[in-house]
Amino acid sequence: MRIAVCIKRVPDMDVKFRIAGHAKGVDETGLKYDMADFDGYAVEAALQMMEKEGAGEVVVVSLGPDAVQETLRKALSMGATSAIQLKCDEVPFDGFAVASALASELGGATYDLIMFGRMSTDNANGVVGPMVAELLGLPVVTACSKLEIVAGRGTARRELEGGAEFVAFDLPAVVTIDEGIARPRYPSLKGIMAAKKKPLATKPANLPEPRLVIARMDLPPERKAGRIVGEGAAAVPELVRLLQQEAKVLA
Amino acid sequence: MTHILAFAEQRGGALRKVALEAVSTARGLADGQDGEVHALLLGAPGIAAHAESLFEYGADVVLVVEHDGFAQYNAESASAFVADRIASGAYRAAIFAASAMGKDLAPRVAGKLKTALASDVTSLAREGDAYVVTHPTYTGKVIATARLLAKPALISVRPGAIPAIAKPRTGRVEKVAPVGDPAKSRVVVTETSTSDSKKLDLGDAPVIVSGGRGLKASEHFHLVEELADAFGNAAVGATRAVTDEGWRPHSDQIGQTGRVVSPDLYVAVGISGAIQHLAGMRTARTIVAINRDKDAPIFKVADYGIVGDVFEVLPVLTKAIREAKKAQG
Repeated sequence: MRIAVCIKRVPDMDVKFRIAGHAKGVDETGLKYDMADFDGYAVEAALQMMEKEGAGEVVVVSLGPDAVQETLRKALSMGATSAIQLKCDEVPFDGFAVASALASELGGATYDLIMFGRMSTDNANGVVGPMVAELLGLPVVTACSKLEIVAGRGTARRELEGGAEFVAFDLPAVVTIDEGIARPRYPSLKGIMAAKKKPLATKPANLPEPRLVIARMDLPPERKAGRIVGEGAAAVPELVRLLQQEAKVLA
Repeated sequence: MTHILAFAEQRGGALRKVALEAVSTARGLADGQDGEVHALLLGAPGIAAHAESLFEYGADVVLVVEHDGFAQYNAESASAFVADRIASGAYRAAIFAASAMGKDLAPRVAGKLKTALASDVTSLAREGDAYVVTHPTYTGKVIATARLLAKPALISVRPGAIPAIAKPRTGRVEKVAPVGDPAKSRVVVTETSTSDSKKLDLGDAPVIVSGGRGLKASEHFHLVEELADAFGNAAVGATRAVTDEGWRPHSDQIGQTGRVVSPDLYVAVGISGAIQHLAGMRTARTIVAINRDKDAPIFKVADYGIVGDVFEVLPVLTKAIREAKKAQG
């Protein structure tokens, strides 16, 4: 089975972001970068399927400047077979532009399965996977928390609001991965050494003109500081009074 | 291309709150312009009965497709139908909800139409030839303002971000024939496991009572359920720590990697307030936190906090809410 996994390099979210001087993005000074969370689950799930089958390949693809090579190398050190960088100076905010560039690369090869994280943790648009599927005319299953491929047929569990559903589909197909599927492994030392020799191809990204463009980025307004109503059960009557009379949410 | 299309989401034959929000959002865009608001309602025979509610929130036309194949959401046929409708050229913009269904549907439609989608927006306005939208990024820590230049403009709106406001219109229903066979799909649903269908969905509930690790074990979650029950209009949520532990199903998880909610009232019980959780609930109108640690980050976003043991506070609060509700009749 040939699997492509599309991954994105994003900053670690556990920081207080600052807005860059040009106001159209975050200040990158001091930020640490890694593979987006959901993309990590997708890579792990792909590797497990390849290992279970004992054959096949996992190709990781990332769009962006040369810095994404680090993210691709990480996936290679986890066990991916080869990597492709679709080179551009900046990743557009417009998910359709990204999807177009990916589809133009992925459509030229024959993959049984194309995998994405459910959404990136930075822009959090969550649109690229299904758009690529539509551009390639492939079926797509979004938000999979379980995935199994047997003899060219896939089954998946999808997380829905208030429940889940189980689906079946034929390959080739596109899937987007939710958490719960598999925790990404840490690259072993051996994996890191091996990754250095694995092929990483760089090609120009075939990006159309974006039609959704960032005008500016802002930090959200701080929530007005709240108050501690009191301690223990004794504070309950005052809390209920506030909910009724001040917040007016007990109607 | 002057009309605004609003996708009216239904589940199990009932209109969802996000359907009214989508129509209301479309009304806001259409007012002061030439076009009409067309609400698109796909469902099993009989679904047209909901047209009145859509007129109530500002639809001029309700386009109804009644077919057994649309009883449940069928992504392939629904997206084909919606894309076909938009491709007719009548629409300046199409509004979806960024619900689980909308997050699946809208990018498929955009892909079919080979156009951009502004996803999960929290506000939108027409500015000259573009729509200007805001969208929370970086786990809600940064707000992006973007210009959507594509025509037609496809936009999905975060549930709860733009309130549904009644603006009654005298509208008309247009029955439309489906495109192809709505029951057909390359992806076949083999089984669904929905939690109790009588329970309010997290996206629809005005009140959410949510439990964290402070509850210590799954058998203590009944305290959260009882408080939700006392409100009468509440759904139960949980933190990622709790769903990872298996105390609650994954679908109950509120946070960056789970559901993002904006209820009128959010009661955080035994929740410390990790970034990943705050990203899912910080836009609630009123936040109440009950936690034994006075330094817990949840108190920084809570409007009202009680420092105390949840096992002591919760039963008393449940009783007080029950009495307050009863006093109101």
